[in-house]
Amino acid sequence: MDMSLIKEAPATAEPALSEIAVSVRNISKNYGAVEALKDLTLEFPRGQLTSLLGPSGCGKTTLLKIIAGLLEPTSGEVEVNGKPVTGPGPNRAFVFQDFALLPWATVMRNVAFGLELRSINKSKREDIAAKYIKEVGLGGFENSYPHELSGGMRQRVGLARALSVDAKVLLMDEPFSAVDEQTRRKFQEDLLGLVQNENKTFIFVTHSIEEAVYVSDQIAILLPRPSRVSEIIRPSGFRHKDHDQIRRDPEYLDIVDDIWASLRSYVE
Amino acid sequence: MKLFGYNLPGMSSLIIWGLLWELIGQLDVTFFVPPLSEVLATLFEIIGTPAFLKALGETGYAFVVGVFFAVFIGIPVGILMGRSRLLDELLLPWVNVFLSAPLTALVPVLMVLFGFGMKSIIITTTLFAIWIIILNSRAGVKQINRSLVEMAKSFGASPADAFFKIYFWAALPEILGGVRIGVIRAVKGVIIGQLLISIVGFGALFELYSSNFLMAHFWAVLIVLFALAFTIAEFLAYLERRVAYYAAKR
Amino acid sequence: MANRSLYLKILSAVIIFGAWEIAGRIPVSYAFPTFLESMAALGNMALDGRLWEAYAETLRPLVVGVAISTVLGIGLGLWIGLSKFFDWLVSPIFIVMQSAPLAALIPLLVMAYGIGLTSKVFVVCIMAMPVIVLNTASAVRHTPESMKEMCKSFLGTRTDMLIKIIIPAASPLIFSGLRLGVSAGFIGAILAELKITPTGVGDIITFSRSIADYPSMYAAIFSIIVLAVLFLNLLERTEKTLFKGHDRGYVSD
Repeated sequence: MDMSLIKEAPATAEPALSEIAVSVRNISKNYGAVEALKDLTLEFPRGQLTSLLGPSGCGKTTLLKIIAGLLEPTSGEVEVNGKPVTGPGPNRAFVFQDFALLPWATVMRNVAFGLELRSINKSKREDIAAKYIKEVGLGGFENSYPHELSGGMRQRVGLARALSVDAKVLLMDEPFSAVDEQTRRKFQEDLLGLVQNENKTFIFVTHSIEEAVYVSDQIAILLPRPSRVSEIIRPSGFRHKDHDQIRRDPEYLDIVDDIWASLRSYVE
Repeated sequence: MKLFGYNLPGMSSLIIWGLLWELIGQLDVTFFVPPLSEVLATLFEIIGTPAFLKALGETGYAFVVGVFFAVFIGIPVGILMGRSRLLDELLLPWVNVFLSAPLTALVPVLMVLFGFGMKSIIITTTLFAIWIIILNSRAGVKQINRSLVEMAKSFGASPADAFFKIYFWAALPEILGGVRIGVIRAVKGVIIGQLLISIVGFGALFELYSSNFLMAHFWAVLIVLFALAFTIAEFLAYLERRVAYYAAKR
Repeated sequence: MANRSLYLKILSAVIIFGAWEIAGRIPVSYAFPTFLESMAALGNMALDGRLWEAYAETLRPLVVGVAISTVLGIGLGLWIGLSKFFDWLVSPIFIVMQSAPLAALIPLLVMAYGIGLTSKVFVVCIMAMPVIVLNTASAVRHTPESMKEMCKSFLGTRTDMLIKIIIPAASPLIFSGLRLGVSAGFIGAILAELKITPTGVGDIITFSRSIADYPSMYAAIFSIIVLAVLFLNLLERTEKTLFKGHDRGYVSD
């Protein structure tokens, strides 16, 4: 196992401290006697996509919800742009695994819902929503209801909703796990474009090794019981390459293999 | 509900309501609500009397026989409906009609046809219980996983085997669910029947107590009835939970 | 195959009503009129206006009772669903009411409130309320967790959560609770008319029986059952169109 080489290779890509958008320090989370997270420290560089990868039960979603302010850590602190997190805030937006769309609302209202909760007037928020509906490729579906859309389209609605509140940090909880394989690939490509074009920080929870390596600037591997960061990997060699070249890049393949080698003992 | 870190059991708040009842009774707020303690004292007084035991026996008899018919007609009819499309299409509209129909309205018909006695009450009880049992048994058979049936066939199961080893068990959670709701409805049916045909069982007892303004007696009987109904419902829910474990895993 | 299903429905209606007609002609009992006699009696009552007067009388406690149960029941249900303490305090009463033969309270209600409208409204309420309360409470409790988290993460307030997430998400189950409540209310309304004082349709039933005018008695019973079934069917259809796709919006497929 030659992880040291990979860790050293992108050393030049180490972000400067001011370039840290989100930092998590000494976070622990207990559910009664169960330690879900223990003394976890991790930094998320600005404008990049960081994946939280690990076997099920390793606390990656818990960590994401703590960053979102939906869960309170038992101890430790989270800072977003240097300010401590005490609850949900306008600088973060969440994309849900099961989409969390309002089934009684149209695509338009669903996308504008984040703005609606911020009391932005109707015509303004619908203008903004319309823009993002087009951007995620759902133009023409503004007046459809979620049950009329496919799984993939529903997640695009969820994504547009998160984009439209213009938060600097996007938190994505296994966003593509409920869509089919082809749609998922398309999503991953679109996500790469999004990271490049929007100046946002993405925190991305996934249990798919290939997906993590494909989309991430930085991969944090979490191991369970109790959860801790076992290593951080920064693929760099293929980031600039064309989308369809990545999957056959030797570095991509090596990293996928190495991660599997370190995770396989945790799979029942 | 937690209090000082202790989980309070689900039904424990009934104690508070019981105390409130006692208080209202002691304060003599209304003639119709005697103190709970007085009601309970009356309860122990009358529970062994022949009149009470007779009422309980008659009600229990009508209830058991009514439920027996509902179960042993309802389940086979439901299973047959689930298996045969023609039968299903012929019967389903009627089952749905009687499921939502106010069956109370039929009691006068039963009275003129079958007399003011036990027979009418038993039929009322059956009528209240049977439709949901049919409907649930049907739904249970309909939802059986096709691959389970194909598995049985591929291993060479005879039709009888397939029925007793596959259909019945696979549909059991739904069937039991139907029986539970049916039995709860039967409890209501047997009481409604007795109220309208008020010369038998608790119906007669209620008539006696209310015409003599024996409030404590009246409440005592109500408590017994409600407690019995609740116990029956909870017991069946417990049985249903015991088979529900595999309902989720089919 | 919509036609096959329709034909079979008609066929099964013909079989049942035919059997009624034949049984009446034999006759199986002196108190069993034929189907046609009963329908003729129904037509007569409809023509001379007796039927409509009776329904105006019967539906009054039903409408008032269901209206009270709806407002009170949904209010209590929301409260139970939102507050753990209130849930612990109040739920058991409705759980017991749900399984208890509440009809047994009628003699008591008559003693306390007499034989007028109040008692009848009460009967409808105690029959209809438990299912409305319990359905509302469980709907509120089962609001999908991720929708609540979504609202929180997009900075929704507690009021937003209640009005924009919890109530709309609960409304299909609340509505079906109402439908079951109306169904129980019908039972209560008829029971009240048969047991407390014969008025309205209950009066037609009781009076016709006392003068052995069985066709009129059967006609009245037939009409109230048809009315209840049709109305409940209408509610079920409304429910289906109103909440189409509601439970599919957030489930992954």
